[in-house]
Amino acid sequence: MNLQSTLSILVFSPLLGIIVLAFLPKQSEKLIKVVGFLATIPALLIALAAYLHFQWGKDLADFAVSKAWIQFRGMGGVPEPFFSVNYELALSGFQLVLVVLTAVVATLSALAAAKFVKKEWKGYFMLFLLLEIGMLGVFTAENLILFFIFFEITLIPTFFLIGKWGYFEKEKAAYSFLIYNGLGSAVLLIVIMILFAKTGTTNIEMLAQIMADPSAPLSGDLKLGLLISLLIAFGVKLPIFPLHSWMLKVHVQAPPSVVMIHSGILLKIGAYGLIRFGMGIFPEQFKTLSILIAILGVINLLYGAFLAFIQTDFKMVLAYSSISHMGIVLIGLAAMNEAGVQGAIFQVISHGLISALLFFLVGVLYERTDTSLIGNLGGIAKGMPIAAGFLLAGAMASLGLPGMSGFVSEFMAFLGLFKELPWIAAVGTIGIIMTAAYLLRAVLGMTYGKSHREFTGVLDLKGVELIPVGVLMLLIVVIGVFPSVLSSPLQTTLETIMLGIGG
Amino acid sequence: MSLETLSEFNWSVMTPEFIILGVIALLTLLDLFMPKRIDRRILGWLSIAGIIAAMAALFSLLGTEPTSILYDTFTLDMFGKSFKLLLLAGAGLVMFLAVSYDAKEGMEDYRGEFYYLFLTALLGAMFMTSSGDLITLFIGLELLSISSYILAGIKKHNLKSNESAMKYVINGSIATAITLFGMSYVYGLTGSTNLAEIANKLSAVVDGQHTYLLGLAFLMIFVGLSFKLASAPFHMWAPDVYQGAPTPVTAFLSVVSKTAGFVIVIRILISVFFNAAPSGDGGSILFKMHDYLAFLAAVTMIIGNVVALKQTNIKRMFAYSSIAHAGYLLVALTTLSANLIFSVWFYLLAYMLMNLGAFAVIQVVTEKTGSAEIADFAGLYRRSPVLAVTMGILLVSLAGFPGTAGFIGKLNIFVGAFYGEPHYVLASIMIATTVVSYFYYFGVMTQMFFRPAREESKFNLPFGIIVVLIVAVVGSVLFGVAPNIALDFLNKM
Repeated sequence: MNLQSTLSILVFSPLLGIIVLAFLPKQSEKLIKVVGFLATIPALLIALAAYLHFQWGKDLADFAVSKAWIQFRGMGGVPEPFFSVNYELALSGFQLVLVVLTAVVATLSALAAAKFVKKEWKGYFMLFLLLEIGMLGVFTAENLILFFIFFEITLIPTFFLIGKWGYFEKEKAAYSFLIYNGLGSAVLLIVIMILFAKTGTTNIEMLAQIMADPSAPLSGDLKLGLLISLLIAFGVKLPIFPLHSWMLKVHVQAPPSVVMIHSGILLKIGAYGLIRFGMGIFPEQFKTLSILIAILGVINLLYGAFLAFIQTDFKMVLAYSSISHMGIVLIGLAAMNEAGVQGAIFQVISHGLISALLFFLVGVLYERTDTSLIGNLGGIAKGMPIAAGFLLAGAMASLGLPGMSGFVSEFMAFLGLFKELPWIAAVGTIGIIMTAAYLLRAVLGMTYGKSHREFTGVLDLKGVELIPVGVLMLLIVVIGVFPSVLSSPLQTTLETIMLGIGG
Repeated sequence: MSLETLSEFNWSVMTPEFIILGVIALLTLLDLFMPKRIDRRILGWLSIAGIIAAMAALFSLLGTEPTSILYDTFTLDMFGKSFKLLLLAGAGLVMFLAVSYDAKEGMEDYRGEFYYLFLTALLGAMFMTSSGDLITLFIGLELLSISSYILAGIKKHNLKSNESAMKYVINGSIATAITLFGMSYVYGLTGSTNLAEIANKLSAVVDGQHTYLLGLAFLMIFVGLSFKLASAPFHMWAPDVYQGAPTPVTAFLSVVSKTAGFVIVIRILISVFFNAAPSGDGGSILFKMHDYLAFLAAVTMIIGNVVALKQTNIKRMFAYSSIAHAGYLLVALTTLSANLIFSVWFYLLAYMLMNLGAFAVIQVVTEKTGSAEIADFAGLYRRSPVLAVTMGILLVSLAGFPGTAGFIGKLNIFVGAFYGEPHYVLASIMIATTVVSYFYYFGVMTQMFFRPAREESKFNLPFGIIVVLIVAVVGSVLFGVAPNIALDFLNKM
């Protein structure tokens, strides 16, 4: 069976939804919501089919596609293309997992949007679907230019989604998102161009091969410089302290359905980039920097955790918690061994699911009670027992309770680092205790805390709202109980990375 | 010159110029003899027809080998053909803006000139693309400049328009004088005005004194011409002139005039100075001047992008934006990469599409509201979703986001900057200032999409505007997604 066009269909399937939406009248709210939701379904089905394809023992390389796209020539009929970009998409185990995560969260976010978005649904869903194209493209692109193009495509819709449908300081948040990420991608573009000028290719696999060759036309210093630039470029996205301030604004001001996507998927592009390009292309230099990365990871973990502890707004707690959890990704990567890297990737997926769940719940709480302040939400368990239950479960997953996905990832990341840099890892464990402390403080304060007002009138989770919560919770538990659903696709990716590091 | 030699020339290579010239003559006479009550807009449509005919003639000439006539003063080569196409397309779109332009005050009586002066300016620019001689190059430049001076002040009873024309003519004359001064040194050193001959003689210059003079000549010519590019140090006219001139004229200055400026700069730089005064160590004079060019490019990008942040008037903002784009184009010139001409050509094409489209929107909005404040774009999405989304796409292209021609153009220049000897600093400045430009381009977006409208009245789009918008948006997206269409076309010439 020829599967070559599958990935293109997967990536561009939301386009169909955009076109249909363009012809719908602005006012038909129901119809727009249904179309917007349905447009995310093809990508989800294809992603799940690809996952099954893999689980049935077939080769993911079947999906790879490569076509000539842009060729710049010098004028006057110089036969050799001066610069060429191929349209190359492919799927490795790591990419597959992220594509499935993207498709799942996107579909659930569309459901959430149908709930939370109160105006101009047409514009919202068109931008949202464009964003989905960008995200799916980022995770399937096989060359750096294409990656960059999709990466930038995610910026514009996100800017509008935050700036138009967000809360009070939405425009400020949208701007700081645009500028920070714009600078990050500017650095990324420079790295890509230097790599291209030196090697003549932007294909990721080929670059990794060229760099592994000791006769590569790049000096060790240049490679180190490029890796540090990559660390900055993706550090903005992840975010790594001190490049994180934009992300706090976005998490507080953006509408909940966008934060689900942003925290669940967009931040993960940073981690993906670090692993795929940083570690994949510059393994040796990554090793040189591993202590620095471990320290940055611990700083992220502790800084996020300490600040999360003193926040009064639950959204801010979650935003700092995201920073803290991304520290664990860095810790896992810095370990440079199989357990560590696996832990980091697990954390990427697990945090994507957990933060999507928690931000959805925050959205519901805010919608019902007009507040997300922990103090004002005390005693919410009386009025909304189901929501409070899920909130507690989500917090447990986030702090790494065994049996849930958070545990597996934290455990492996730290296991990895203890092997390599035990002292730094030991300091990092303080962060784990802190995580438990701030999450329990916040969640217990809300669910069983002192009640300031009666919540008898508010509605609990019901109907469609239970779908995102249920699905995300199910996935979190499944990964926690059967980690092999994740680890089996990741096996080959990990082996490749380990090979790069070892050699 | 006897009649016999005159008839031996292959005049057909000048057909596009002859068509434009013929239309100018026709329009002048028509304007003279037509009764006052007839709307002069008809002249605008005739000009459009003339431009289309000239384009068709140019297309029929695409296959011809490089030809020189009139003792090498007029050459039709690939460079000339490709840039002439840009100029014609740009001027054609500007004419569509002009026929849809409603001046409101101070212009009704002069309508006739308003149309054919665009054509004389275009004719000057077209001659520049093909001239192989300093004299014809200069005459082309002056024809373009003088027509533009009048156009800028064509709203005779409007103070701003007058100020704009005055500033333009004074700055322009100074710049021209400097250029001419520089050219006189080149003539003094070589005793010829023919570009090929000059290049030939200059490649033999070894005398240190002469090299010094040549460097001075180079800088003077370049600085003078930077007036047409609207790049530093001669950029200060742009904001005032852009603001005061009628919108179609502003669009013309920012696109056609700038293209012509790059044409003359490339002609002189590449054909005259490329091999001039070669020495063992650093190559020709052009490579020695490299740092100055890089400096001017960097300053232009920084001034353009940073000062644009503070603007409240959309036309002034676009003036600084146009300065910034001149800076990006200068980066391509500075790096002297193998695809220099191509990347400049493609960028100018992309710039023409996105800028003219944006000016079409600006024209509609400013005519409706009577002011050109950026704040008047508030709520445009509510009032006219089509206009707002169109403007959004064009702004995204101007900011250089992927999926649009603006991105491919920048990428092209960027690749050139890293090819061969990499220009890290210049490339970093280019990309950093690009990020700065997000601020002001997205500032307009904020107004259009996020802010509430001051009034709710809807827009009527004239036919000419619709044509320009469709061409601009389709072109920007098409060349952004499949740039090879333009590339292959150019390579076939």
